[in-house]
Amino acid sequence: MTVYGVWVINKAGGLIFQRNYGGIKPLTPRSGLLCFLTSVRSLSAHCNEPVTTISDGIAQLSANEYLVMAGTLHGVHAITSRIAPVAKSSGVQIIESESFKMTIHMTLTGIKFVLISSTDMSNAESVLQKVYEAYADAVMKNPFYTLEMPINATGFDARMNAIVAASGT
Amino acid sequence: MSQQAKQYKAIGEDLWKNRTEKVNAELFSFTYGALVVQMIKDYENYVEVNKQLEKMGYNIGTRLIEDFLARTSLPRCVDFRETAEVISKVGFKTFINITPTISFPSATSQQQSPRNEVAGMTGPTEFILTFDENPLAEFAELPLDAMGSKYAKAAEEKKVLNWDQKEIGGQDEGLWFSNVLCGVIRGSLEMLQMQVEATFVSDRLRGDDSTDIHVKLIRIMEEEQPINDE
Repeated sequence: MTVYGVWVINKAGGLIFQRNYGGIKPLTPRSGLLCFLTSVRSLSAHCNEPVTTISDGIAQLSANEYLVMAGTLHGVHAITSRIAPVAKSSGVQIIESESFKMTIHMTLTGIKFVLISSTDMSNAESVLQKVYEAYADAVMKNPFYTLEMPINATGFDARMNAIVAASGT
Repeated sequence: MSQQAKQYKAIGEDLWKNRTEKVNAELFSFTYGALVVQMIKDYENYVEVNKQLEKMGYNIGTRLIEDFLARTSLPRCVDFRETAEVISKVGFKTFINITPTISFPSATSQQQSPRNEVAGMTGPTEFILTFDENPLAEFAELPLDAMGSKYAKAAEEKKVLNWDQKEIGGQDEGLWFSNVLCGVIRGSLEMLQMQVEATFVSDRLRGDDSTDIHVKLIRIMEEEQPINDE
């Protein structure tokens, strides 16, 4: 029950918020994660920095790499909702690997909240719902926040920290 | 009242009772009144004030919708009739504790209208929200010149005007005091890929019998995905 990170992707596929949260380093690191990373890395020729790993959590990548991955995830999401057998499908919701999983929650307004967590995270959906509430309160209600732009709100960070801290219990 | 309408009514009431932070109604009403009056002083033109109020409402709506969705977790509506129910019984209820009455103008002809096919929707594509009470205008009484020429004339003669029969044309004249609400509706629905036109058709403040907002669906916007420049 560990949250490794949270991403917020706007409706155009731009990454507007990304944080890593300290968690336990997976015992079999880089099994699924690295496959995903390398495939994404090969897409971006101008990302040459080596993958550095922070000691107590998931791999720490450069800001540019996160942007590329968010864009890729956005595309994958679009594909999954298009190939679905029913109209207006929600698209991909969970991507799971041996060591971690990503839970994706897309709101009706098209914003995607992505939770990267350990595989035993059973309350991922409710955590994402809380993240959405925090976003509505601490980001959207700020009159100086411009829609679609990166989130730099200390209030949102504080609420995110509280949500992540409470999520593992 | 249909089963669905009852269900939304219950959701709205529950949210209002348990999950909404309240402010003093008079403070709310005074603040809005002061804002409108200051805008009239600054712009010296009712038409411009209407436009600005609508824009302000639009900006509120685009933000408010996230709060609404985060707290209600309601799924997407299947048709515009359901949208109307949600706006009235959940939206207006949770934010300003009123439940405007919904009516569908010429509902039968609407169902065969070609626009429905274009929008890919069944059922009505327009509705009217009738406000029995309006917390924004609790204490407001419009001066005669703000009522629009035809309204002002009718008010003097104590004549009742009928919107359906096109007796009045002065839509763009005078002040629509609560025009911010139209903007909120347009802004919030636009974030849900519905492009609508929301306009006041009558207002008790202007001597009408009721206060009505007409909401008309223009089109459902396909999600356009701009090319990512990465």
